[in-house]
Amino acid sequence: MTSPYPLAAIAGILIVALSLAALLIWVERRLLALWQDRYGPNRVGPFGLLQVVADMIKIFAKEDWLPPFADKAVFIIAPAIIMVTVLLSFAVVPFSPGIIVVDLNIALLFFLGMSSLGVYSIVLAGWASDSKYSLLGGLRAAAQMISYEVFMSLSLMGVVLLAGSFRLSAIVEAQKKLWFIVPQFLGFVLFLIAGVAEARRSPFDLPEAEAELVAGFHSEYSGMKFGMFFVGEYLGVILISSMITVLFFGGWLGPWLPPIVWFLIKMFAFICFFILLRASLPRLRFDQLMSWGWKVMLPLALLNLIVTGAVVVAWR
Amino acid sequence: MWSLIETIWNVFLHSFHKRVTIQYPEQKPYMAPRSRARIILSRDPDGGERCVACYLCAIACPVDCIALQATEDKDERRYPEFFRINFSRCIFCGYCEEACPTYAIQLTPDFEMAEYNRQNLVYEKEDLLIDGPGKYPGYNYWRVSGARIAGKDKGEAENEAPPVDLRSLMP
Repeated sequence: MTSPYPLAAIAGILIVALSLAALLIWVERRLLALWQDRYGPNRVGPFGLLQVVADMIKIFAKEDWLPPFADKAVFIIAPAIIMVTVLLSFAVVPFSPGIIVVDLNIALLFFLGMSSLGVYSIVLAGWASDSKYSLLGGLRAAAQMISYEVFMSLSLMGVVLLAGSFRLSAIVEAQKKLWFIVPQFLGFVLFLIAGVAEARRSPFDLPEAEAELVAGFHSEYSGMKFGMFFVGEYLGVILISSMITVLFFGGWLGPWLPPIVWFLIKMFAFICFFILLRASLPRLRFDQLMSWGWKVMLPLALLNLIVTGAVVVAWR
Repeated sequence: MWSLIETIWNVFLHSFHKRVTIQYPEQKPYMAPRSRARIILSRDPDGGERCVACYLCAIACPVDCIALQATEDKDERRYPEFFRINFSRCIFCGYCEEACPTYAIQLTPDFEMAEYNRQNLVYEKEDLLIDGPGKYPGYNYWRVSGARIAGKDKGEAENEAPPVDLRSLMP
């Protein structure tokens, strides 16, 4: 199952994921503009596509400023953590048969573990900045991501029960007859919500809440360090979209077209849905976010797990 | 919960709406005929300058961007020796147009007057003066006003009664 040329797979996935993340900045701006009856960036290059290049040149040319009051080592390492954890998660995503870096038998747990580690990046960034807005953003991020982590993993256990494996390629293979969106619809909804919260996207973008916290945990960051947070967020969106595709929409499975094309189509649909969510929903209040997570989503996830388990046991 | 889904759907429907953006340099916006932008000085139908250099526009101007100097020509008609508008100061409020007693100074819908050099925004009289009567065709101040100029005495203007002899006792 694993790619015969692992280095080529690593390089290819890295390049594609990173350039896709950069491109997403343009995609998001164009789509937001579309849904707000505007045009968005359309001047630089064809359809404004070179806007990404212009932004990259700009962000590289910015002063890379270290605040004198910051905790230097932690401040520098924090943006690296998010990139590392998200990119490591991409190692286990089966894009299509053969295009996967490593086909772990605990891939799903690896993904969950990596996304939990990603919280460190934000908490440490908020802490090391030594500024009250950053700290507040970091605190919120910690609380939010820990709460949503819980039912995110629980919502996936139904899929694991049905597929009988933590191996992502096995989960995809198990969906040959029926995508898991049908038997696990509740699990899908829960995972979608948790995924949005995990990627810190609107309406769960409380850690950065530009209206109230300036920019939350990254308000003290500039230059490419800020850019890494930004790219990390978009990589997170891509990652969550590909995980939804793998877990609930049959990954690369589909007729006529080559498998990788099917995967990319499904993934892009979810990326667009993420952006649509941002275009339409207002940000939650923090107490609403927490009570929603613990009082509604967690019991639902448990219920989903119990019912799925009972059905699977009864079936066998 | 249902309202959230409805919101998302309604926002999605905006994919098929017409975009409101006007692609400016290629596509010009509609400017209303009375919109206030570049200031001009108009002429009366006979081709003479309408401005009588009364200074009312310069006084009305809240940012003091109008400078002029009055003088008289050989027909004893007042006219501005120079007339200067500093458009880097002008706020296009239109008070000068309202103050003008002779319809001479007018605001036009042309707003494209960006310059790289600030000095180029100072418009002199030859830049401001246009050939036509602007928004008020057919109006000639000197023909209707009671002011005396060479070739037109008191009481000889259109619809003007002859001057009253204050020293006479006759009704």
